[in-house]
Amino acid sequence: MDLTLYAAGAVAAQPLRAGLTALGIAVGVAAVILLTAIGEGVHRYVLAEFTQFGTNLLAITPGKTQTFGVSGAMVSTTRPLSLEDAAALARLDGITAAVPVIQGNASVEFGERGRRTTVLGVNHQVPAVWQLRVRMGRFLPADDTGHPRAYAVLGAKLHRELFGDHNPLGQRIRVGGERYRIVGVMAPKGQLLGFDLDDTIYLPVAKVMAMFDREGLMEVDLLYRPEMASEAVAAAVRSTLMRRHGHEDFTITTQDQMLEVLGSILGILTVAVGALGGISLLVGGVGILTIMTISVHERTAEIGLLRALGARPNQILALFLAESAALSAAGGLAGLMAGTGLARGLAVLVPKLPVHVAWEYLILAAALAVVIGLAAGVAPAARASRTPPVEALRSE
Amino acid sequence: MIRLQDISRHFVIGDNTVHALDRVSLHITAGEYVAVMGPSGSGKSTLLNVIGLLDRPDDGRYLLDGEDTTTMDEVRLAGFRRRHIGFVFQSFHLVPRLSAAANVELPMVLAGIPAEQRRRRTTAALEAVGLTDRAGHRPEQLSGGQRQRVAVARATIMGPAVLLADEPTGNLDTASGMEVMALLETLNGDGLTLILVTHDASLGGRARRMVKLLDGRVESDERLSTGPESTP
Ligand SMILES: Nc1ncnc2c1ncn2[C@@H]1O[C@H](COP(=O)(O)OP(=O)(O)O)[C@@H](O)[C@H]1O
Ligand SMILES: [Mg+2]
Repeated sequence: MDLTLYAAGAVAAQPLRAGLTALGIAVGVAAVILLTAIGEGVHRYVLAEFTQFGTNLLAITPGKTQTFGVSGAMVSTTRPLSLEDAAALARLDGITAAVPVIQGNASVEFGERGRRTTVLGVNHQVPAVWQLRVRMGRFLPADDTGHPRAYAVLGAKLHRELFGDHNPLGQRIRVGGERYRIVGVMAPKGQLLGFDLDDTIYLPVAKVMAMFDREGLMEVDLLYRPEMASEAVAAAVRSTLMRRHGHEDFTITTQDQMLEVLGSILGILTVAVGALGGISLLVGGVGILTIMTISVHERTAEIGLLRALGARPNQILALFLAESAALSAAGGLAGLMAGTGLARGLAVLVPKLPVHVAWEYLILAAALAVVIGLAAGVAPAARASRTPPVEALRSE
Repeated sequence: MIRLQDISRHFVIGDNTVHALDRVSLHITAGEYVAVMGPSGSGKSTLLNVIGLLDRPDDGRYLLDGEDTTTMDEVRLAGFRRRHIGFVFQSFHLVPRLSAAANVELPMVLAGIPAEQRRRRTTAALEAVGLTDRAGHRPEQLSGGQRQRVAVARATIMGPAVLLADEPTGNLDTASGMEVMALLETLNGDGLTLILVTHDASLGGRARRMVKLLDGRVESDERLSTGPESTP
């Protein structure tokens, strides 16, 4: 304890030098905190974007993605995912809604105006399953899936492009050569990872299958009761489809899985970005190494004196380690405050940039600073403790 | 108490070997006042460093309180230095950033003595060397004589058996030199073994025994009866 005071005194005796050395660590710690705060912010932002559609969702796509390579002997035919499959899944216990999906591009024409847009072939369950709101009129009705009426619902942007401010309800448009009557307009939803959800038109799925001449669906989205476990739902879906198709020629993706994969990718991103900050922390460590080496050299006589007064080699070692630890701890503390301050300031100045200061990274950065400080101090301190006392005394 | 048997210490510099100590044998008993004299380079400091366990001889045996020190490890040697030996150097060797009191406290800090006890002993030690009113001053704010008195207080704070002084007055004017000498002799009068290295014959003559070195060998070793009757 008293040796610690002695070490602190030695550091404080040269405030400018100590300050500059600590600054190197402070910059490193601040960099780690700032960068991980941005990484963590982006992480949270993206996850929030995804979960806005609800988390008790499950998607079935045709074809089996092989995780462990394809065995050549197992050539199997893939059956298309049919409307009947979707209907069977919708009847399963615990499934509250099912949306068969087909997607394509077509031009939508109203009078003289026209626009190429994304066509989504779906059913009446879209607002429930995708958590979308209708702004005007209503969504597609619950018609007989095989023989739907030719109704259409516009996305917010398509509505604006074709009709401006005018009410489009009841108007007739042409899509892919067929006529549809507009029954509703969706509320704006914005973009999801670059995909404009508002530049779309929703049509009955059977009509779109015919329009694009497709036998099967691209996807079936299921909404299940929130209290059910996603694994149980996935198992029920799998056995139902296995019974209908004879083998597993489809892929089930639960929202949980998706979030897990996404979360781990984003987590790696944060760590990678934090490691960049770690490099500047390392540079700060080199600064400590340099200063401690100089300091041991300059204070050789003092080391000799301490030995003459009865200091053990270990005490000399501890003394110089304490000095470098003090330097890095001071720097770490300053960096901690600067880093969180900058992150907060950034969040205020650039509100669009998601920033989140995570506790675990704060602790990590501080711990790293002290570890680096100690590591940088080891070599000079060991040299000090090994200096023969006579030689040290003669150095003056 | 101090028994050197055929101690040799040599330094190899390039092709030359300097025999700083050449088969030196010496027996010093508790409470003695020994002056070590000789021309520059004769091995006086080397002898003192060996006696003070700061340096290891290349050959010979050194018994301190009957224990062979030549086989001890660094940790034991440090313990011996801390408890039994005090050093006073020509250039004082005070830590410049510490106050006089903190310099005196230093050996006790290294020994792990509690703060309260340290303060009490420091106050007493500074009083004994007449520097009570300089306790808070840093070395640069003290005169040479005052600095050396702080160094003497520090060297004796752990109650050592031996005080080793290497040219303690070498950097001082005559008056403050005499003050320091008087201080050391008072300590010797209280029972402390004093070994004083000097090349000043008038100072050496004050001791009760004089060892003369020449080229690393003991040239003469005689009892002096003519020592001044200093304070008993
Ligand atoms: N660490 C050392 N390395 C090389 N030579 C040394 C060392 N210490 C002492 N010497 C040499 O040993 C001899 C005795 O030195 P020293 O004991 O300091 O003499 P004195 O104190 O009597 O002037 C000198 O020639 C000196 O140069
Ligand atoms: Mg000398």
